Amino acid sequence: MGDERLGGLLGGSDPSRSSGYENPSSRMGFFTDTSVCIGCKACEVACKEWNHVPEDGLVFSGMSYDNTRGLGADTWRHVAFIEQKVARPPSADGNRSGVRWLMSSDVCKHCTHAACLDVCPTGALFRTEFGTVVVQEDICNGCGYCIPACPYGVIDQRKGDGRAWKCTLCYDRLGEGQKPACAQACPTESIQFGPLEELRNRAGARVAQLHDAGVAEARLYGEDPSDGVGGDGAFFLLLDEPEVYGLPPDPVVTTRDLPRMYRRAAAAAGVLLAAVAGAVVWGR
Amino acid sequence: MSDVTRTGIQQASPAGEAVGAGRPGPRAFRRQASRHGGETPVVGEAEFRSYYGLPIINKPVWRAGNIAGYLFLGGLAGASSVVAAGAQATGRPALARAAKVGSTAAIGLSGAALVHDLGRPARALNMLRVLKPTSPMSLGSWLLAGFSSCSVAASTSAVTGRWPKLGKAGTIGAATLGSGVATYTAALISNTAVPVWHEGYRDMPFTFAASAASAAAGWGMLSAPIQETSSMRRLGIAAGLAELGASEVMKRRMGIAAEAYRESPQARRYEQAARVATGVGIAIAATAGRRSRTASVAAGAALLTGSAMMRFAIFEAGMASAENPRYTVVPQRRRLAQRAQSEG
Repeated sequence: MGDERLGGLLGGSDPSRSSGYENPSSRMGFFTDTSVCIGCKACEVACKEWNHVPEDGLVFSGMSYDNTRGLGADTWRHVAFIEQKVARPPSADGNRSGVRWLMSSDVCKHCTHAACLDVCPTGALFRTEFGTVVVQEDICNGCGYCIPACPYGVIDQRKGDGRAWKCTLCYDRLGEGQKPACAQACPTESIQFGPLEELRNRAGARVAQLHDAGVAEARLYGEDPSDGVGGDGAFFLLLDEPEVYGLPPDPVVTTRDLPRMYRRAAAAAGVLLAAVAGAVVWGR
Repeated sequence: MSDVTRTGIQQASPAGEAVGAGRPGPRAFRRQASRHGGETPVVGEAEFRSYYGLPIINKPVWRAGNIAGYLFLGGLAGASSVVAAGAQATGRPALARAAKVGSTAAIGLSGAALVHDLGRPARALNMLRVLKPTSPMSLGSWLLAGFSSCSVAASTSAVTGRWPKLGKAGTIGAATLGSGVATYTAALISNTAVPVWHEGYRDMPFTFAASAASAAAGWGMLSAPIQETSSMRRLGIAAGLAELGASEVMKRRMGIAAEAYRESPQARRYEQAARVATGVGIAIAATAGRRSRTASVAAGAALLTGSAMMRFAIFEAGMASAENPRYTVVPQRRRLAQRAQSEG
């Protein structure tokens, strides 16, 4: 269904092959299981250290334990902290209310249909042999088109540098057969790295396990190849609605509508030509 | 009992569950105040949940002066080239010359604004490194390269009186490509996740085409003698009305994102200014513009101003819609609900 529904200017469901690799490696990705995230931020630190990502402001946000606030040019892993009031079995003093903490490490989704890659006018953004999406820093001219194209708010322009930056899924480490730095550093295996097919199977089993254990709110996000971006290369197990974590509930790659946009623009150009022709001819 | 949120510690209220209710505890985070510190909530605000009210998407880093300015100047340049060809074909030499010169000046300023907006201006030529149909900016870069060459050929020949064949070829080429220059920018900004721009994609090209025609007509009235600009008055009146009408239709059809126009003080001011200026331009063009050169100049200036203000209004409304998670989350939630309903 996916490709037929998306149609037009989009590639197939195997992004590496659609991009011209004849014998790509198996598609690699992340499965971030937020049910075991402890909010230690080792992923944020490991990412910054390995990738030489600069400091991006030491601010107090007032948002639980999250002073990072969100993904951007200088934050490629972001741990969200959500405090929620929940009903609990009554304690000795009859108090039924408690707090649950949701923690989740967000990252670039390395979409099957990546809007940032589609709109990049210079070819700086490219699809790797691992099916991931990477910016070539020696090509990017900082036009900024990828930034509003991303439906997740991942990529951004680095201040004082002018170019766009985001997670590379540690392209350099993958080439050496290593795990990305964040997955390597994660102490609870909340961040799992591997071939996407294997991760999807593992994630399905984990959700079933959680449902059996009574965690009915466990759900996968971004694992479905028929969603609006053709499935994410980095997907998640969440314990609440996506928007609670700052994720869009139903993201769609903007390129899906681009053929219709081109047709409308061509029609409008025709109207413009006709209107001017009419104005200069009429009354002659 | 209290919750810690970005706006401080708040008293707990009875569980106000958002869309997709059914779970016991978690409360919806509701936007308490607008971004600009105002205390007036937006009318009819649907309840939605978000991460501390932060935006979902990253807003464009494009600067209004450069990019909204280019949307206006590119439209003026493209439509002026169409006017130039029309004027030349129907024997209005002064209008043709003014339109050609205006087109070249506007596209020159456009190029400067676009390069100035790059994070790495020295790499501007990387725009011509590839040709990608999936990127309106890539196609647009090639379109601009071809258009500006034609426009320069046409205006140089018109001003110097030399190379008439080259001038004619340039005039025809610039008119053909110019209609695309005036409208491709609509596909460019619509092809993003910015709610106002994306949801307006059906009507954005027509709004831009009308705005460009209005600006070009305005430039014609401003720069050519009234004996040759009766056609520009007709075009200006029709295009000005079409510009105001198409932008209204676009807002009506973009869903809740249209509320971002009201939420952004800049967008509101620019939209008001666009209505007033275009309205005044139409009124003068329809009356005194026929007889008086001064009135014709005033009408032209008003139409140009109206077209520019309209582009800035669309730009600022888009920015405001990107900054508020509501315009991203609520339509997507509705879409999911509709899909669930039709499937089950």
